[in-house]
Amino acid sequence: MAATTDKQDTRSVSDGSEWAVEMLGIRKVFPGIVANDDVTLRVRRREIHAILGENGAGKSTLMSVLFGLYAPDAGKILVDGKEARIRGPNDARALGIGMVHQHFKLVRPYTVSENIILGMEPRNFLGEVDFRGAERRIAELSDRYGLAVDPKAKVESIGVGMQQRAEILKILYRDADVLIFDEPTAVLTPQEIDELMAILKRLQAEGKTVILITHKLREIKEAAERCTVLRRGRLVGTVDVASTDESALAEMMVGRAVDFNIRKKSPTLGDVVLSIRDLDVRGSRGQLSVKGLSLDVRSGEILGIAGVDGNGQTELIEAVTGLRRVEKGSISMDGRDITRVSTRERAGAGIGHVPEDRQRHGLVLDFRLDENLALRTYDRPPLLRRRFFLDFEAMAERARSLIAEYDIRAAKGPATKARSMSGGNQQKAIIAREIDISPRLLVIAQPTRGLDVGAIENIHKRIIAERDKGRAVLLVSYELDEVLALCDRIAAISKGEIVGIVEAKGVDERLIGAMMAGKARGAEMGMRKGAG
Amino acid sequence: MSETRLPSSKRSGRAALDAFIGSNGALSVLVVILGFVCGTLIVLSVGRKPSGMYLALLQTLTGYNATSAVWNSRYVGEWLTASMPLILTGMSMGFAARTGLFNIGAEGQYIIGLTAAQFVALYFPAIPGLHWSLALAAAALAAAFWGGLVGWLRARFAVSEVVATIMLNYIAFFLSRYLTRLIPDANTYRTPSFPETALIPRSFLDPLTNHSRLSVGIFIVLFCVLLYWLILERTKLGFELRATGLNRNAASYAGISVDRSLTISMAISGAFAGIAGAIVALGSFNYGRVLGGYDNYGFNGIAVALVGNSRAGGTLVSGLLFGMLASAQPLMQSRQIPKEITWIISGLVVIFVSLRAGFRMLIEWRAKVAAARGQTDSEARDV
Repeated sequence: MAATTDKQDTRSVSDGSEWAVEMLGIRKVFPGIVANDDVTLRVRRREIHAILGENGAGKSTLMSVLFGLYAPDAGKILVDGKEARIRGPNDARALGIGMVHQHFKLVRPYTVSENIILGMEPRNFLGEVDFRGAERRIAELSDRYGLAVDPKAKVESIGVGMQQRAEILKILYRDADVLIFDEPTAVLTPQEIDELMAILKRLQAEGKTVILITHKLREIKEAAERCTVLRRGRLVGTVDVASTDESALAEMMVGRAVDFNIRKKSPTLGDVVLSIRDLDVRGSRGQLSVKGLSLDVRSGEILGIAGVDGNGQTELIEAVTGLRRVEKGSISMDGRDITRVSTRERAGAGIGHVPEDRQRHGLVLDFRLDENLALRTYDRPPLLRRRFFLDFEAMAERARSLIAEYDIRAAKGPATKARSMSGGNQQKAIIAREIDISPRLLVIAQPTRGLDVGAIENIHKRIIAERDKGRAVLLVSYELDEVLALCDRIAAISKGEIVGIVEAKGVDERLIGAMMAGKARGAEMGMRKGAG
Repeated sequence: MSETRLPSSKRSGRAALDAFIGSNGALSVLVVILGFVCGTLIVLSVGRKPSGMYLALLQTLTGYNATSAVWNSRYVGEWLTASMPLILTGMSMGFAARTGLFNIGAEGQYIIGLTAAQFVALYFPAIPGLHWSLALAAAALAAAFWGGLVGWLRARFAVSEVVATIMLNYIAFFLSRYLTRLIPDANTYRTPSFPETALIPRSFLDPLTNHSRLSVGIFIVLFCVLLYWLILERTKLGFELRATGLNRNAASYAGISVDRSLTISMAISGAFAGIAGAIVALGSFNYGRVLGGYDNYGFNGIAVALVGNSRAGGTLVSGLLFGMLASAQPLMQSRQIPKEITWIISGLVVIFVSLRAGFRMLIEWRAKVAAARGQTDSEARDV
């Protein structure tokens, strides 16, 4: 672990010039939880300062305190060396603090400039809203910071990257000097992430101070000068990024050494298990979300679908698992056409499904753990007796063995309500259940969303173990890192079409990023296109 | 994040509070007690003695008149008679609620059951034992159809069950009036009398309860309570219905046909209400009625299910409670207590139960906090 600034040291009285923002000894308690416990954060002027921590480490709470969304229970905040009382976002804005939220707060049918001026519309001498003046100023700001935003474009017609830049403009328009970014890269493709990093540096060069909340180490190494690490609500330390390597940062974040390299043997490929041909699927609003998609997944391999959220992944998975009607084309498993077969029959044929939203689809939160573990198998012996009756003793017994085998932590064992379990353990329960129905094929979506590093490791190992046992795995993840780490082959999806399929080994991440953006065709890149 | 350190007394107090709020049963008991406390205060405020109210309730429950020291079991019989349809319509409401449906149509299903029972009573051969059983079965089937129709509309065409059941309540009511008046010799309010074989027998209950109107229907009610529990808590079907009720997405993900669950659930709900109709028609009357208005058992069933938490045992107890309030009215009046006080108490209980939504939000919020704590705990233990 590299140079950790001493906590006592940061308590010294500030001289008012060096620091843009100082948060001293911040404590924030929610009922039952201390979200921030004596946390001190000092951000220099014109620096990019990262805040690193796992989910639930208290990063967002700390920033919400700074932005005035929560009042701290103890500690004080100094802005430009002067003690500040921030009672709400308006106070924060008046102090020159702005925040780009993870979920954009834009009115979709409005133009970019309308969104930006919303709430502080400039008036001309007649009292009318001066759109033209606003647009001119926004265009100037956009040029100055290299944001390349069209002020007249409607928000609903522009991509996620530009929406984010519109959010940045919104803050700049309000003359912010300190910009807080809350997990800004979660929704971006690798190229867009590069662009964002460049924008952050540009903001810095123009004299702004940037606070970057993230749990991605690479971004910190790339952009930030200093990094404050939080763990379980407490300050671990503040380090200079240049002199600290990624594994040291990871250790500070998690509290122990982490092995990020997933070790896996090269795959032993078997027969084609899942074969999708020329598939068309409509989305919830009737639009064609999957178009002419073809894919093969073999036993013993993990095929990853890489793509930005909302490019047809959800519809594809629902079609494969029988939750969504297929418009055209076919899905077959082990040579048998299952295009029109019910969800239950597909499960019976050996398709396990770890759904994207574990709480919405994967679990009945008010059911007990053993009932949740029985969701797929309650309708047949041994859980069913005399055709109609459930054997609750057998259910609990089976739950006990799965709990032991998959190391599911549940306070009351089989009787634990799913709602009261942690996200990681909920996900372990779902994975246990789906693997246990002995699938030939595991369809997994977003297996580690919102989980902490320990749980991610555990789940990744489990997925690879299943592949090594000869199962076919179709994996959808919006985290490119996860796809790269786990998969044997990667299919990039864009607007419902497979842009290209590449072997994961030694692949250039930029290439996949370009494909995710729909820019490259597999064939041109010398890759096999369509079904592998 | 570490757990807040609370003084141990405060913490155990909080745990007790959690357990109490978390327990629906305890909350129901509290709500009922609260209703009676308010009722007592109201009786006091109008210058009457609350003891009269409680003595009337005692007499309803035990048949013992503490003022004159006379015991008459007929009051107990009347209490149970009043409770029977309430328990059944409560289960009608509760069963649908457990599947995530709001069955406001128990009244219509009750009317359909009652009408079907009356027709079988008047037109089927008078075979002892078989006659009334057949009428009861016909009532259950007809009302199951009436309820199932709503479930089907909901599943097939996404018609809101609330709207559909309200409409069908009117249709049932006027259909019943129209059909019953077609019966020869029916006047504006009644049909000719039923043959003796169509009436649900009172058998040994008649001498036991001093000629009250209590029939062996009470055993049918108890059987239905058992069935309700068995289906929901012990069978595959109940598992599917409960899963559908708690999370439709997860149910369809697990391969459960949500459409089928909704239809079946509404049909079973309807059957319970229909049996209530038959028990009233053939237990408390000896002629077919041309309905002049709603009997309101269906609507009162909503309150019964709310207080009973839609559980088998809870609905039984809460049906008995509401039955007690209803059948205590004449006894209260004879003790100078305005009978309307029972409606006030019922109303207050329902209002307090509805406040549970607020408690529920509290529970869920606490659960969220607990889950967050669990996550950090597991983090600490290296999942």
